[in-house]
Amino acid sequence: MLEIKDLYAGIDGKEILRGLSLSIQPGEVHAIMGPNGSGKSTLANVLAGRPKYEVLSGTVTFEGKDLLALPAEERAREGVFLAMQYPVEIPGVNNIYFLKAALNSVKKHRGEEELDAMEFLQLAREKMKVVELDESFMNRGVNEGFSGGEKKRNEIFQMAVLDPKLAVLDETDSGLDIDALRVVATGVNALRSEKHSVLVITHYQRLLRYLVPDFVHVLANGRIVKSGGKELAEELEQKGYDWIDQEAAVAAQ
Amino acid sequence: MSNAAIQEIASQDYKYGFVTDIESDTAPPGLSEDIIRFISAKKEEPQWLLDWRLKSFRHWLTMKEPTWANVHYPPIDYQATSYYSAPKKKKILNSLDEVDPELRATFDKLGISLDEQKRLSGVAVDAVFDSVSVATTFRAELAKVGVIFCSFSEAVREHPDLVRKYLGSVVPYTDNFFATLNSAVFTDGSFCYIPKGVRCPMELSTYFRINQANTGQFERTLIVADEGASVSYLEGCTAPMRDENQLHAAVVELVALDGASIKYSTVQNWYPGDKNGKGGIYNFVTKRGKAFNRSKISWTQVETGSAITWKYPSCILQGDDSVGEFYSVALTNNYQQADTGTKMIHIGRNTRSTIVSKGISAGRGQQTYRGEVKIMKNAENARNYSQCDSLLLGDKCGAHTFPYIEVRNSTATMEHEASTSKIGEDQLFYCQQRGISAEDAVSMIVNGFCREVFRELPMEFAVEAQKLLGVSLEGSVG
Repeated sequence: MLEIKDLYAGIDGKEILRGLSLSIQPGEVHAIMGPNGSGKSTLANVLAGRPKYEVLSGTVTFEGKDLLALPAEERAREGVFLAMQYPVEIPGVNNIYFLKAALNSVKKHRGEEELDAMEFLQLAREKMKVVELDESFMNRGVNEGFSGGEKKRNEIFQMAVLDPKLAVLDETDSGLDIDALRVVATGVNALRSEKHSVLVITHYQRLLRYLVPDFVHVLANGRIVKSGGKELAEELEQKGYDWIDQEAAVAAQ
Repeated sequence: MSNAAIQEIASQDYKYGFVTDIESDTAPPGLSEDIIRFISAKKEEPQWLLDWRLKSFRHWLTMKEPTWANVHYPPIDYQATSYYSAPKKKKILNSLDEVDPELRATFDKLGISLDEQKRLSGVAVDAVFDSVSVATTFRAELAKVGVIFCSFSEAVREHPDLVRKYLGSVVPYTDNFFATLNSAVFTDGSFCYIPKGVRCPMELSTYFRINQANTGQFERTLIVADEGASVSYLEGCTAPMRDENQLHAAVVELVALDGASIKYSTVQNWYPGDKNGKGGIYNFVTKRGKAFNRSKISWTQVETGSAITWKYPSCILQGDDSVGEFYSVALTNNYQQADTGTKMIHIGRNTRSTIVSKGISAGRGQQTYRGEVKIMKNAENARNYSQCDSLLLGDKCGAHTFPYIEVRNSTATMEHEASTSKIGEDQLFYCQQRGISAEDAVSMIVNGFCREVFRELPMEFAVEAQKLLGVSLEGSVG
C-alpha cells in the first residue's frame, strides 16, 4: 500500500530524513519510535504533503501512485489521513460543518454520492460514541477552546468519519491521560481491517499497549535503524534510546 | 500552499460591472447655486427645501475636505462631477408595469425583482438608479398598516411635514464636509415612516445602482420609527466598472422614538476598482441614528466594495435605557482602502452599546477600524462592549485600529477587546489535509471569522454576504 524508498527530506534547508525506507501492506499496523529530533514528525508531515517540508530525493508510492506529486488535499482524498500532533483551532467554523465538507470532498473525489445533512449527522453521531465525544462538540468551532485531550479525540473522531486507507498518527498520545489514551486506541482499533493500514508515530511505548502493532521500527538520525515485532517496543521502554544511538553510531562507522 | 494561493483566491472579477444603455437626463458637470436650483426645480421641490439646500451649499463652501482618515487618494475635482442624472421618463408612473423595460432588465440582472408577484421572500424594495428612485414595491400592502415607504422625492411631495420635521435632525446640514455636500445636492433616496406601535410586516430594502459615468451619487435615506414601532431595513448597492473614480456621498438618518427599534443592514458592493487599483467608487457616507428612551438602533454592515470607504454608522443614545449596536465586516482586497467604524455617544442613563468589528485585508488592501465611544456626564450606568478583530491574508496588506474612548461619568463600564490574526499556513494545511481545497478553506476560515456579524444579518442577506465574501476574496490564495 505504502512504499517509501530512500527518502531524503527536510525543512528550512536542514536535512532531517536521510535515506528512509519503509513498506506498509494493507491491514498492517506499524509503529515508528525514536528519540526527539530523529525525524518522526518530518516523516508524518512529508507523507501528508505539508508545503514547508521539502523532499530532496527518494520516492513514496501509495497504491501505485506517486504520492509526492500530489498536493495535500489530493493525498487526503486518496485516503491518507494525518492525526496531527498540534491540531489547530479554526474559530467560528462549525466542527461538524467542517467535517461534512471534508467528507464530501473525499467522497466526490472517489465518485461516491455525497451525504446530505441528515445522513451525515447519523454517521457523525455513531462515530462520536466510539471516541466518547459529547455531541455538544459538533457545534463548537473546530478545536476552538478544546483541551489538549479533546483536540486529540477530535482528530480520532475525524479519522473515524473519513475512514482513510492509511492513517498516520503523529504523537497522538503525547499529553494524554490514561483514559484519553484508551479512547484513542479504541478509535484506531475500530478502524483496523485488512484494507486499512495505520502508522503510529510515538515517543513512548504506552499507547502500543492498547494498540498492538504488527511491526515496530526505530528511527534515529533520519533513517530506520532497527525493525522488529511488538516486543521491540517493550525493549525500548526498558532500555531507552541510548543503546540504539550507540548501535547506529557503530553502524555509521 | 502559500501566499501565491492566497493571492489567487482574492482576485475574482466584479460581476456587476455592466452598464445599462439608457437615455438619461444629466446635469452638466459642476457645482454652483444654479445647479442646486436646477436640481430642486427638476424635482419640483418646495421653497423650504431649496433654502435648506442653499444654506448647506453656502456652508460647504467654508469647509475643508477632512484629511484625518487613514486613506489616500488624489484630490477630487468637485467641479468635474455631475450632480444630477436621471433615467428619462415620459410620464409619472402609475404602476410597476410602467417601469422602463431596460431598467427592469437591469435590476433583474442584479437579482432584484421589481415584480411583486414573483417576489416570495416578502421584501419590499425601493430601487434607486443613478439619482432617482425608479420603483417601490409592495406599497399598497404596507399602506394597510400605515407604513410609508417611498422615494425621498415623493415623501417631500406627499408627506412634507414629516420630512421637514426630521430631515437634518440627526445629521445636521453643518455636520461634515461630505454630509453637507449631500445636503446641498442630494437627489433622491428612500423615506420610511413606521407609525406608533406598528411592527413593519416585511423587510424594507433599498437597492442603489450607479450607472452614468462622471456622476456622483448623493442619496439620502430617512427612517423614522414612531413610538413602539419596529422595522428591519436592508440596503444593497452596485456600480459599473469604470476607469475613473466616482463619488458616492450618501447620508442616512435614523430616528427611533421611545420604545422603537430599527435594524439597518447594509451589503455594500460598489465597484472596488480593478486589480491595479484603477477606478472604483469613493464611498464617503454619513450614517447616524438617534435613539430615544428605551429604543434600539442596530447597524449591521458588510463592506466589500468601493475603492475607498469612509463610513462610521453611529448611534446617539439620547434617551434613557436606549441601546446601540454596530456589527461590521469590512474587506479590502487589491488596492482597496477602508477607514470605517462607529461612534456610540451615550447621553441617557443606562444606555448600552455593543461594537463588533471584523476587518479582513488581502492583496494590498488597507483596513482601518476607527471607533469612538463617548460617555457623557449624565449617562449613569452606561455600558459599552467593543471588539475589533483583524484578519490578514498575505503579507502586503495592512490592518490598523484607532479606538477612541472618552468617559465623563465614573459609573460607566467599558470593555474593549482587539485581536489581529493571519490565516496561517497551519490552518490551511489542516483543512487541506482533510481534503478541503485551499479556496474553500480560505472562504471557510474567513466566514468563521465573520460569524458573529453574519448571524446578525437577516437570513437571505447572510447567505448573500457569505457568497460575496467568497467572490471578493477569490484569487487571494495561491
